[in-house]
Amino acid sequence: MIAEFGLVCLWLAAALAGLQLVAGLLGLKSGWEGLAVLTRPAALVQALLCLVSFLTLVVLFARTDLSVALVAANSHSAKPMVFKLSGTWGNHEGSMLLWVTVMSVAGGLIASVERRLPERTMLATLGAQAFVALGFYAFLLFASNPFERLPSPPPEGNGLNPLLQDIGLAFHPPTLYVGYVGLSVAFSFVVGALLTRQVTPDFAKAMRPWVLGAWLFLTLGITAGSYWAYYELGWGGWWFWDPTENASLMPWLAATALLHSASVLAARDALRAWTVMLGVIAFSMSMVGTFLVRSGILTSVHAFAVDPERGGFILALLAINIGMALALFATRAGTVAEGERFSVLSREGALVINNVALSAILGVVLLGTLYPLLTEAFDVRVSVGPPYFNPVTAIFALPMLLVLAVGPLLRWRGDKLARVRWPMVALAVLGLVVLAGVALLSDVGLLPLLGFAVAAVVLVGSLLPLKGRNLLRLPLATWGMVVAHFGVGIALFGMAADTAFQTERLVAANVGDVIEVGPWSARLESVAPVAGPNWTALEAAIAVRHGDGAETLTHPQARSFWSPPTETSEVSLVTRWNGQLYVALGDQAQDGRWQLRLWWKPFVTWIWYGGLLIALGGVLALLGRVLTDVRRRRASTLIAARRGDAEVAA
Amino acid sequence: MRRVAILALALAVAAPLAMPVLGQDSLPPAPYAYTELPDPAQEAQALHLMQTIRCLTCQSQSVADSDAQMAGDMRHLIRTRIAAGETPDQVRDWLVERYGDYISYEPTVSAITWPLFAGPVVLVLLGAVILYGRLGRRRRQAGEGGQ
Repeated sequence: MIAEFGLVCLWLAAALAGLQLVAGLLGLKSGWEGLAVLTRPAALVQALLCLVSFLTLVVLFARTDLSVALVAANSHSAKPMVFKLSGTWGNHEGSMLLWVTVMSVAGGLIASVERRLPERTMLATLGAQAFVALGFYAFLLFASNPFERLPSPPPEGNGLNPLLQDIGLAFHPPTLYVGYVGLSVAFSFVVGALLTRQVTPDFAKAMRPWVLGAWLFLTLGITAGSYWAYYELGWGGWWFWDPTENASLMPWLAATALLHSASVLAARDALRAWTVMLGVIAFSMSMVGTFLVRSGILTSVHAFAVDPERGGFILALLAINIGMALALFATRAGTVAEGERFSVLSREGALVINNVALSAILGVVLLGTLYPLLTEAFDVRVSVGPPYFNPVTAIFALPMLLVLAVGPLLRWRGDKLARVRWPMVALAVLGLVVLAGVALLSDVGLLPLLGFAVAAVVLVGSLLPLKGRNLLRLPLATWGMVVAHFGVGIALFGMAADTAFQTERLVAANVGDVIEVGPWSARLESVAPVAGPNWTALEAAIAVRHGDGAETLTHPQARSFWSPPTETSEVSLVTRWNGQLYVALGDQAQDGRWQLRLWWKPFVTWIWYGGLLIALGGVLALLGRVLTDVRRRRASTLIAARRGDAEVAA
Repeated sequence: MRRVAILALALAVAAPLAMPVLGQDSLPPAPYAYTELPDPAQEAQALHLMQTIRCLTCQSQSVADSDAQMAGDMRHLIRTRIAAGETPDQVRDWLVERYGDYISYEPTVSAITWPLFAGPVVLVLLGAVILYGRLGRRRRQAGEGGQ
């Protein structure tokens, strides 16, 4: 009964999305205004129904109801509860249901809180949102029903891929999904604004919190995903340029560009067409990402759903949504004027460089990700990996980061070189000194070397906007920018330091052997079997010591899950402020020695601290924007109330 | 098609391939899969090469990043050859000859891969044109406006 209830809710939600589409778009026509009042309630009720439907699936997974095909295929009664729950979205159908749930909740939120835009633009926006949502409802209901029953339930479920039975990964996909869906909201705003020809600063201000939110979640998702790959795959790598990683990076790059151009539009009414275009591109990248991961066109550790037929459906949705948006853009582009003008040496000028560079990086990642798929269609297989992506993206990224260091110092519209000459000279000197210093003192590759110099410039440059300002009265959004830019410098420093200075030791060790790696020494104490709820493992006890410091005991495991049977390596990490010792246990060789892998990774943690700082910057900016909005709204209602009183008194 | 056939064959013989090498050795199986070479300079060379050789049974991982059986055999193969005095380029050429271009992440310009290199060049030009269009024209207009 529960499964059927969930399915009914889903159908009803889809029907309401249909109503929202019709009411929203017909409401724009004269003579049909009566229908328009239905749009917001339809969005709200739809959100509620979808949420109930999703919770129903969560309950089915919590109970391990094996009569439901999805539960039987992806769950197991012996699994810990948290992974039963996360199993809800750790599969294709459940994750798509999560997608539409987040989407409809976002739609409900806009319907209930957004009052800044003209009502007609809101109607068009909600209509567009319903149109995109309907595509995904159709996909769920016709091609991936999560509530399908089995004619005869199996005695036990199949289990969940053990690589995914990790607390970090349990929350990794939903985080990215919220990001993807947030960009769908931005896309709806763009379509709404194009339909009613209202590409205004107000449109940018209404869209910006959604772009900020989406970008924030994407940042967190990518950071968490990178850390997960680092500790779960067992070889100390933190970015593989894997197509599924790129699938999350591409929307992030587009969202970053959109965020900055929307700021220009909001503050200065410039870059209108460009912002609209980026809104379309950002959502396209979300859908390309979903397509890459969900279609089974790639097979990798991340692509836990493999089904080529569904790929066709997503590709069709992608073509319809983006095709229609681009056609709309083409017909409206003439009426969207370019907006206010500015000079090269201005905040806008720097942000245009940022936008062009981000778009170019996006182009490189897209090319490098799709090109092997293209050649494979012609029976030729090529490999595009880090040796390609690292230098080619750096060509665009490093100059862009230099602009990042000075851009915030410039004034809007136009600035005088004399005013910013000294900070620029100081930053240039700093960069050159670091470059020369690192090059002379150590033997590092070109990319890490440039990375150190640019990181230093970014770290100092990002703090310069605070100079001469009253820190207590600085707007939250400005704090957000400073923190996020500082985070970029921290992350870049971590990447450069780890690439340049990590040391690796691979050894076959007897119990009692001491291994030196970097400033650490490690002694293998023992190896013993241990057991968990759904796995058994060999666990080593290794005493590690940094320099002359105290010894600590670490316990890396080689784990075997039994349902489905899979081997994983549970590494142990010893964290210091300036890096991590990474210890992994391998197999036992025939002569009885144990394979140990140890890395000393200087400042590697700064990569993820940087990612978290960037996200924190997003939180501050979002909070600042929302608080300002709320305050302004309260003030305007207060004024309206007073005026009302005055009129009554008169 | 020929490339695919070669690749399929390569995959099929991948695991047994290491066996004859091992057969000649008096050491236990694939000793260099998880052990470094004694000479640090040679190890650095081998590591750098391994980071750019694809693990054929994994997705998007180099043989230096994987626990797969095949990655281990490959590491052993590469370390053994480097220890025998071959240069990294010779080892790479030998691997590419056996397994096809697919095994190497090192980008090379060829009849098939040239768009990967033309793409970024086009992007640089396109970026320059957009920046010139957006910023150059603005400056002129701003200049005119100022007069």
